[in-house]
Amino acid sequence: MRKLTFPMGGVHPDDTKYARDCAIEVLPLPPVVYVSVSQHLGAPAVPCVAVGDKVKAGQVVAEPGGFISAYVHSPVSGTVKSIGPRKDIAGRPVTHIEIVVEGDEWAEGIDLSPELVPEIPTDRAAVLEKIKAAGVVGLGGATFPTHVKLNPPPESKAECLIIDGAECEPYLTSDYRIMVERPDEIVVGAAIMQMVLGGCRAVLAVEDNKPEAIEALRASVARLGYANMEVAPLKCKYPQGSEKQLIDAVLGRQTKPGALPISVGAVVQNAGTALAVYEAVQKNKPLVTNVLTVTGDCLSGEKMHNYLFRAGMTLSYIAEYAGGVPADAAKIVSGGPMMGKPIANLDAATVKGSPAILYLSEEATRRGKEGPCIRCGRCADACPMGLEPFLLNRLAKAGDIEALKENEVLNCIECGCCLYSCPAYIPLLDRIRTAKVLAKKR
Amino acid sequence: MDKFLVSHPPHIHASRTTASLMRDVIIALLPATAVAVVFYGWSMLLVLAVSIVSCVLLEWAICKWLMKRPFDCPEAAGVTGLLLALNLPYTTPWWVVLIGAVFAIGVAKMTFGGLGQNVFNPAIAARVFLLISFPAYMTHWEIPQGLFGADAVTGSTVLSLVSENGTAAIDSLAEMGWHPLFAYVGGSAGEISILALLAGFAYLLLRRVVKIWIPLAIFVTVAAISGIFHAIDPVTYTGPVFNLLSGGLVLGACFMATDYVTSPMSVPGGLIFGFGIGLLVMLIRYFGAYPEGTSFAILFMNMTVPLLDRWFHQPKFGRD
Ligand code: SF4
Ligand code: SF4
Repeated sequence: MRKLTFPMGGVHPDDTKYARDCAIEVLPLPPVVYVSVSQHLGAPAVPCVAVGDKVKAGQVVAEPGGFISAYVHSPVSGTVKSIGPRKDIAGRPVTHIEIVVEGDEWAEGIDLSPELVPEIPTDRAAVLEKIKAAGVVGLGGATFPTHVKLNPPPESKAECLIIDGAECEPYLTSDYRIMVERPDEIVVGAAIMQMVLGGCRAVLAVEDNKPEAIEALRASVARLGYANMEVAPLKCKYPQGSEKQLIDAVLGRQTKPGALPISVGAVVQNAGTALAVYEAVQKNKPLVTNVLTVTGDCLSGEKMHNYLFRAGMTLSYIAEYAGGVPADAAKIVSGGPMMGKPIANLDAATVKGSPAILYLSEEATRRGKEGPCIRCGRCADACPMGLEPFLLNRLAKAGDIEALKENEVLNCIECGCCLYSCPAYIPLLDRIRTAKVLAKKR
Repeated sequence: MDKFLVSHPPHIHASRTTASLMRDVIIALLPATAVAVVFYGWSMLLVLAVSIVSCVLLEWAICKWLMKRPFDCPEAAGVTGLLLALNLPYTTPWWVVLIGAVFAIGVAKMTFGGLGQNVFNPAIAARVFLLISFPAYMTHWEIPQGLFGADAVTGSTVLSLVSENGTAAIDSLAEMGWHPLFAYVGGSAGEISILALLAGFAYLLLRRVVKIWIPLAIFVTVAAISGIFHAIDPVTYTGPVFNLLSGGLVLGACFMATDYVTSPMSVPGGLIFGFGIGLLVMLIRYFGAYPEGTSFAILFMNMTVPLLDRWFHQPKFGRD
């Protein structure tokens, strides 16, 4: 079969997925967790417990604070000790609910058994309600509330559900592990979303550097026999996991600037989200656990892990458990090396979508001194949006907002391909990011 | 925590740097340089040494004392020096080479603001400057002393013979042992071996340093125009093979017209740029006063680059 990929731009960083063969391990419970009310895109949730309350794992502790918002559940059982601001990974204060862990008791009705429940419910509204009640958000990076995305306006029609198993960022292996270890649940999750979207086609898109995942999903699709579902191997290229690029790769359709995926008939959900949907709908289990990769170029093999964590454990707790911060780590990143956020505060709590703890050595993350643009065009060749970063950089320096907008600076998806490719180490994306903020204000 | 770096993504970089790209260009020019040295001997080495050393030193000096800023990329100055040397006859006196280097770096590159800012390809600009200022040195050639050890015979380059005597000259040159693929044309040093140039260019393509579009457009245009004219009047007009393989065309198309700084950024812009160069080369060769047109053609098209960049952009996502 012809392998699909997106046609425009993109780069091929070394995949460095060192932790690919580390099976998922369950982290032991810490003495205390900090549950952020802002684990999703949109309005922060509003705490609905009080200090001193006893909570069970899976119990709601904060309610949606707006239309685009999500429920937050306690990941553990214990007592609420405090509610107040605590620093997130960027060091910004966010309201957290501090819970002292006592035992591991789960709320009523949550099915923790491993038995697969393959029967797809048919009540669309009830399923959406369950997804919402379970606080499911997109785990591919954007943490957009899933029930909103699965409920497109009635005038638009979903033709294809794409399950993003691309995991195109170097180093990251958490999606890979769940696809290999829990393919059935992902496939059932996909089938549930297929039903919610009105029985459209479903494509599970996986990059071809993960043949075991492709095999596992294929076998599972064949075994479970849902209609209109297939696994599509994609030719490796970053940023394939980006929504627009993934749709282009799978369907050959490009969304217009500013348009949503549904405008070309597509809905994209990450593989981890499919698993969360499965657990929410079939098992009544809210989204409080996820898999995170501990990896990096300065970690030795036995210190790399894929952990099942509970959202609210601190990064430092996980890092300690994994063997401590390596001595030669120069930068710690939450996520992949292309788009991951730098961690300014290792004491910050994990959230539902925490993707990884990535330790990069000085050598791996060094940026050379900025030189003059030699007009080599590599940034433009690399840009998956067809932009001209060298030009945007020049306009940003000149502060020419009008020209920046004309050259579609707002279409930049901040994938980092331009800066990654620039031989003169020009901080293209840094300047483009600032320019975007200015252009949005106008 | 404060010992860790906190800065925006991306956190990694493709290991290509300006210097490494320029080193690749130097590597790509090594086969042609080696052939020139083998054939032309010590005088070639002198031309190379004077050109490269003076280009690098001059840029360093200008950066340090005049512009008071860091000398960004010695490799780029080295490329200019190497290209200039390969664009001169091996018989060029050292002081003419030196003047060429001063013009290339001092005038064509640094007065425009240095690396990345120049409108004209410095090596080509210098070659044209020398061609106008010292025509005798630039069109004069001698059968080299290199490996052949024959007596020096003075004469003109193959293209000037053709422009004086018509295509009949080709036969006599062929009898003199001139073979287009291992061209023994006198002329500029770098032109001596088309094969070595193409091998170097293939390396640049493989390493993805340059793209093929500009040279391809030049070759196709030159082949098409000379093909048509030669078919109409084979006595007056030389044919495609001759035109593709002679003069500085391959050197110019593969290594000078592809210079990042002085060529268009977009693919359509590059195709038009290449077409323009091919057209001008043929106009100059057939109808112009100079026997060789590649340098003039590239220099002229350099001027169109800002316009081509303004008019042609790459296609944007979701806008077709
Ligand atoms: S960060 Fe923006 S400008 Fe740079 S390559 Fe990605 S989309 Fe293009
Ligand atoms: S990659 Fe860097 S040096 Fe090359 S054109 Fe873009 S900005 Fe200029």
